[in-house]
Amino acid sequence: MRPFGYAAPATVQQAVGLLAAEGSEALAGGTDLLSLLKDDVEPVDRLVALRGVAGLSGIELDGGTLRIGAMTTLQELRDHDGAIAALPALAVAIDGVASPQLREMGTVGGDLLQRPRCWYYRRGFGLLALTADGRSMVTEGDNRYHAIFPAGQARFVNPSSLAPLLVALGAEAVVHGPAGERRLPVEALYQAPQTAEERENTLAPGEILAGVEANVAGSRSAVYEVRQRRSLDWPLMAAAVTLTGSEPRAEKARIVLGHAAPTPHVAAAAGDLLSGQELTSETVAAAADAAVEGAQPMSGNRYKVQLARTAVRRALGHAAGMEI
Amino acid sequence: MADYSWPEADRRAQIGARPARLDGPVKSTGFAKYPSDQNPRGLLAAKILTCPHAHARIVRIDTSAAEAMAGVRVVHVIQGEGSEIQWAGDEVAAVAAVTEDVARDALRAIQVDYEVLPHFVTEEDRDQAPGAREAGERAEGDPDAAFATAHRTVERTLGMPQMAHMCLEPHGQVCSWDGDELEVDASTQAVSTLAGQFATELGVPASQVRIRTEYMGGGFGSKFSPDRWGIVGAELARKAGAPVKLFLERDQEVTVAGSRPSAFARIRAAADEQGKLVAWDSDSWGSGGLPGTGQTPLPYVFSRLPNRRTRHTSVPTNLAGSRAWRAPNHPQACFLTMAVLDDLADELGLDPIDFLERNLDLTGRPDTYREQLGIAAEMASWKERWQPRGREREGAVQRGLGVSVHTWGGRGHSSNCDVTVHPDGAVEARIGSQDIGTGTRTIVAQVLAETFGLELHQVRVSLGDNVYPQSGPSGGSSTVGGVTASTRRAAQDALREVLVHVAPRLEAEPEQLLAEGGRVFVDGDSSRGVSWREAAAQIGGAPISVQGRNPGRGRLISSGVGGVQIAEVEVDIDTGVVHIERMIAVQDCGLIINRRLAESQVYGGLIMGVGYALYEEWIPDPVSGRLLNADMEFYKLAGLVDVGSLEVHMMTGPGYDERGVIGLGEPPVISPGAAISNAVANAIGVRVPYLPLTPDRVLDALAGRGGPA
Amino acid sequence: MKGRRVTDDAKRSGFSRRSFLRGGAAGALSGGLTTGLLTGEAGAAAADSEATETVGPGPVDVELEVNGATHRLAVEPRVTLLDGLRHRLDVTGPKRVCDRGTCGACTVLEDGRPIYACSRLMIESAGRSITTVEGLGSPDAMHDVQQAFVDNDAQQCGFCTPGFVVATAALLARHPAPSEPEIEAGLGGNFCRCGTYKGIRAVVAGGKGGGVSGG
Ligand SMILES: Cc1cc2nc3c(=O)[nH]c(=O)nc-3n(C[C@H](O)[C@H](O)[C@H](O)COP(=O)(O)OP(=O)(O)OC[C@H]3O[C@@H](n4cnc5c(N)ncnc54)[C@H](O)[C@@H]3O)c2cc1C
Ligand code: SF4
Ligand code: FES
Ligand code: FES
Repeated sequence: MRPFGYAAPATVQQAVGLLAAEGSEALAGGTDLLSLLKDDVEPVDRLVALRGVAGLSGIELDGGTLRIGAMTTLQELRDHDGAIAALPALAVAIDGVASPQLREMGTVGGDLLQRPRCWYYRRGFGLLALTADGRSMVTEGDNRYHAIFPAGQARFVNPSSLAPLLVALGAEAVVHGPAGERRLPVEALYQAPQTAEERENTLAPGEILAGVEANVAGSRSAVYEVRQRRSLDWPLMAAAVTLTGSEPRAEKARIVLGHAAPTPHVAAAAGDLLSGQELTSETVAAAADAAVEGAQPMSGNRYKVQLARTAVRRALGHAAGMEI
Repeated sequence: MADYSWPEADRRAQIGARPARLDGPVKSTGFAKYPSDQNPRGLLAAKILTCPHAHARIVRIDTSAAEAMAGVRVVHVIQGEGSEIQWAGDEVAAVAAVTEDVARDALRAIQVDYEVLPHFVTEEDRDQAPGAREAGERAEGDPDAAFATAHRTVERTLGMPQMAHMCLEPHGQVCSWDGDELEVDASTQAVSTLAGQFATELGVPASQVRIRTEYMGGGFGSKFSPDRWGIVGAELARKAGAPVKLFLERDQEVTVAGSRPSAFARIRAAADEQGKLVAWDSDSWGSGGLPGTGQTPLPYVFSRLPNRRTRHTSVPTNLAGSRAWRAPNHPQACFLTMAVLDDLADELGLDPIDFLERNLDLTGRPDTYREQLGIAAEMASWKERWQPRGREREGAVQRGLGVSVHTWGGRGHSSNCDVTVHPDGAVEARIGSQDIGTGTRTIVAQVLAETFGLELHQVRVSLGDNVYPQSGPSGGSSTVGGVTASTRRAAQDALREVLVHVAPRLEAEPEQLLAEGGRVFVDGDSSRGVSWREAAAQIGGAPISVQGRNPGRGRLISSGVGGVQIAEVEVDIDTGVVHIERMIAVQDCGLIINRRLAESQVYGGLIMGVGYALYEEWIPDPVSGRLLNADMEFYKLAGLVDVGSLEVHMMTGPGYDERGVIGLGEPPVISPGAAISNAVANAIGVRVPYLPLTPDRVLDALAGRGGPA
Repeated sequence: MKGRRVTDDAKRSGFSRRSFLRGGAAGALSGGLTTGLLTGEAGAAAADSEATETVGPGPVDVELEVNGATHRLAVEPRVTLLDGLRHRLDVTGPKRVCDRGTCGACTVLEDGRPIYACSRLMIESAGRSITTVEGLGSPDAMHDVQQAFVDNDAQQCGFCTPGFVVATAALLARHPAPSEPEIEAGLGGNFCRCGTYKGIRAVVAGGKGGGVSGG
């Protein structure tokens, strides 16, 4: 790691003030950021530690509203019986991070804002991984883990296990910045960068994620992740679904794919197809097909289209409590 | 003249027992100091700058900024201007500094301009390989005629990519000079041979180079030489006048410090109506990085197959040269052969075990394999559980069973061991061997204890230092045979000397005496005896010290083993994910010294085998020429919960014991790739032609059959 | 056999954190209701006082407890807990293998919780209590888990062993008789190259792990 300064603010305001300066980066659990610094991927002059900032950690279940502080660790969330009972799919998403060490260190905010694991990005070729003459290293190189829904030049995938679920739920992100607090759908935290300067999240300089808030009442959610190993391993594909309305009909269905696109990928058509429908193996299969419509796999990741279909089918099956 | 032998089965106290490894407590408490744990006073840290291009020429290199940095002690150019680099990760310069962080800062300050040259890193498609070299054709019998009249023929193109040794302790060493004397704490498999190699490169007499390796964190065939970083580390230490620690970073470890060659082949094999193999034709190719690769031994095990033709092409790539990887060439040959035979069995409508049994006369050890196949089948409940391909269960998850057989040599290497008996009864062995995790320390102690009739804690073993008598590098399963034979010979000789001193006191001839259970007594009349302490006291004031050697007289060791493995898998045909349910290994290795450690070797082989069967591969980037997974995140090892339930059966007793000691490090890692691939084929009804069996490859194979995807 | 108890509060209190760490560890633990969660009001008063000091990149005084002994040392903020332990304190049980938070060889307990020491800055562990494999027991007085590793030959080269021992101790402290999913969740973050999983499974099945509070 290059040399850097370190500040440990006590309050959100202090943290925001420190992060507004160029070259400052928020340090949460550090499980991702330290690797980025070791690999010299992102230049950082100062780390602003959030570990001691008051008010960023904790879990509140208030009627149907679940609030999770950004500095809550994955393990704390997993151990919160109330939150897990209200949203069992959380357990699936968190257990997928099959390392107690990462769950104890990694935070909810860090999980949502972790940087892409794309091997070109991590080797210093940039988020878009373009050659000097503007060709895509991803399409010409090895793209087995890359997007099946690329967005312009962005072909990496969003790695977060929590993001698809929170997006499916329609959760809100609470963001603090120099201008105070703003709230936005978790979905809107993400973007597909199109220039070398842009990041894959929409936080402005000085902004921190304070937490997320979701309405977990009156819906059924499920997550299905395809992993090769049972030990610590990234999903090859993930699907999160939220069904609202009483069974067997789904008044509304939200289907979101992870590891499919540079952002959590909302499969809107698939969700629409199911809305107002009874879930049967036929409607579920149709939704799974719709979820991958328009996929543009590359030379080495065609198999992920099949994985996406399967993940959607199985997530829907779990949410509806049926054998698919 | 005295002869050397192992005690009869009913007289063995130590040999064949299951004592715990002696260094278990220091390892499990973290007290064991590995070479990379050494922190001598005044230590400097060194780091190596590597080339990011797979093929390039160094146009300019400027180290002035690095040299000017505070805390930097030495900057050393390894490959200067004009050098041609042939693989990404090759060493360009090195820095020694007060801390690792400062050394890394200095590396970033070194400016190198490269002229980037074209590279080639993906050898699967050999037609596009520049510099492919045909290794010629070998033929026996008349394969063309045999194929023409055969009952059934299969043709397959199969392969497995290069993979990494991935030693958890990276390659490297701590070098300290005292005048012209060099001490090296090295993570090595070759304590006794390293000094000479350091000496030649550094221009000092080998007698002035000391190598120490009390513990080391894994080698698997990749840690036999000082390597360039060893010599550079010593040079840095000499220039700095301070000890220098230089261990590779993980990405370097994966990229340059050890890989297994790839192997691909187009194979035809045929059988007659009785299910007898009649013809073989293989056209193989592969790469071990820049040097290419030699021919894999095809057909494997069934090497007496009558009509056969083999061709091989070596494909050099712009990747670091491969190293010996546990059973060099055998896992590849085994997979290529056993997969084709398994498909042929299916074509013939035969149970694969039945098919193998019909052809055992084509192998070197038919009786061993027949016995082992029977035991393995029994353990797997093969008869009840095996079903022909294509009988699918309901649902996405399919089950399958697969079998494979393998062989290995494993003769003990050259070894010398000093055994000393002190007048107070203390017994020690000194041997220039190393314990790379296989339990060498424990096994030598068992041989000592057995010979002198003592308990393990009453003997002492010193190894891991080249001041002790030369013993061979730990490779090729040669250590256990080498060290047990040299130790046994020395111990038997030393004991005889002791007995000569004790005999008058017991009014017996030395040949009549036995050393057992902590006593020396007359054979047949145990009341006429003395304690070991008293016996040793008879030798007088000076200790007895004897050197034993291997090779030598007496039938202590042998070579040539057989093994059978069965895998049971579950395949999710909607995701292509393969999960191991169960692995069964039946293995012989002659006389077993320590059952527990022997079993551990076999378990370890199975586990590593699951790794390369399902997960492990080097992923070189065609665009940049760099490895894309030079880490432990996308270079995936099997985890504890990925290997299923493991069962091992060691062949022992008559027929095995009297052969003497044979090595075991390599054999159990040979078959898993084949057995698992065959189990997957059995589960899904179609061959997945490439290892590792990743979901993309499994789904591709299923799609070829018209399945999903 | 002994098993050292490591608890959160016992070690945390009594530390005077350096001025740069003003504010201490204010985060509430799981289940605790934090005042003003997500509102940004918490600590608003303090915010108006002086700005937070930035320390480094040069060495900074850090105080932490390692295996029961208090250490005070000056480290650059960029020094990881693992490198600080290994290079500065000569505590070399935890191993550096991947250095990227994936292999588990560097596992230590921080206030009783298993973490990857390679992925924690030492400065972030200031005021906390670290237990490495050496802190669980010694060759003459092994922790039950260490003894079980010996008895079950759950080590070959032994390089992954320190991390596995600590992770296993943490797992068994949490779940004395873990189910398969609990084993998956508890030991999925450690990898061995030699292939010692059969022995480690036997250790886990033996379940003699109490003595380390898993947090
Ligand atoms: C081998 C491996 C496998 C993994 N598998 C999975 C997996 O399957 N699923 C999964 O979800 N994760 C997985 N992880 C990732 C792990 O969960 C993340 O590393 C972790 O959640 C990141 O959290 P952190 O608190 O350590 O973040 P940090 O490393 O501290 O931060 C990550 C990034 O987020 C920013 N950031 C963090 N918090 C905030 C905030 N509150 N406001 C603004 N910016 C912030 C940081 O500046 C930094 O850029 C895996 C990691 C590894 C190494
Ligand atoms: S698209 Fe993927 S490979 Fe390309 S730069 Fe982004 S993360 Fe890297
Ligand atoms: S060294 Fe820390 S997890 Fe591998
Ligand atoms: S014992 Fe060698 S890596 Fe686990």
